[in-house]
Amino acid sequence: MDLASLIFWIIAVVLVAAALVVVGQRNIVHSALALVVVFAMASGIFLLLNAEFIAIVQILIYAGAVTILILFALMLTRIAGQRVTNPNARPLAMAVALVVSTLVGLGIIFAATVSQFAQSAPAAQLLQGTVCSLPSNNVIAIGQLLYSPSCYSYVLPFEIATVVLLVAIVGAIVISREEE
Amino acid sequence: MGLTLTHFVVLGAVLFCIGLYGALTKRNAVAILMSIEIMLNAVNITLIAFSFFNHVKPYANLLTGQIFAIFIITVAAAEAALALAMIIAIYRKRQTVDVGEIDMLKW
Repeated sequence: MDLASLIFWIIAVVLVAAALVVVGQRNIVHSALALVVVFAMASGIFLLLNAEFIAIVQILIYAGAVTILILFALMLTRIAGQRVTNPNARPLAMAVALVVSTLVGLGIIFAATVSQFAQSAPAAQLLQGTVCSLPSNNVIAIGQLLYSPSCYSYVLPFEIATVVLLVAIVGAIVISREEE
Repeated sequence: MGLTLTHFVVLGAVLFCIGLYGALTKRNAVAILMSIEIMLNAVNITLIAFSFFNHVKPYANLLTGQIFAIFIITVAAAEAALALAMIIAIYRKRQTVDVGEIDMLKW
């Protein structure tokens, strides 16, 4: 077994175990802390796949910002005297949920491994516009693919994403504001 | 490298299922949000794996999967901020975050 496989299996086991802790814990603060492990391990998977920029973004946004946001929300919505802060649904509903999620997972795994769609199809020539040569540096390549005005890039979706973020910021402030 | 695309896709599928199970069974709204974040991460792993194992010539170096992952991260951050704001607003009105008791939109 080579080094990459070893690292993959270590990360995968820790990732799945931490995700199980997130959905299994009775205390929701412990769930939120296990979520940090999930995000950090996912970042390790991204590093393994040569996506350095997204690995850093994952640490910054998910492990940093989103987890802090979740912990703040937990702090602000605490109900005094409640022991089980992360309760489950009724047993019947849990059994149904278990069956549904298992079926979905088996469906995805079937589609990815044994079905005939798993074989690769020949690519059609659909690219339009000038495709510039991209540097091998991951950050520079992603920057060029996101912002470049003249080459093949995702500049318009990027601008739309900025508007989405702006609307989300304004909406979050308006919704959570204390009414007079 | 002994790793194939299947390793990563199956890892993503397992993670997605755990998140789906959590989103379906949890009663605390914040726990449901955390499960949804796990599902989004599973999808990101799958997309970046597709980007890494894509060797078809004109697309191989365009990193499309990674660009998609960046947009998913953006939308997930916006979604987390909005959902937590809504949870806090509901908590102020009803003193609960239990999704079984939040039934204002039920007829």
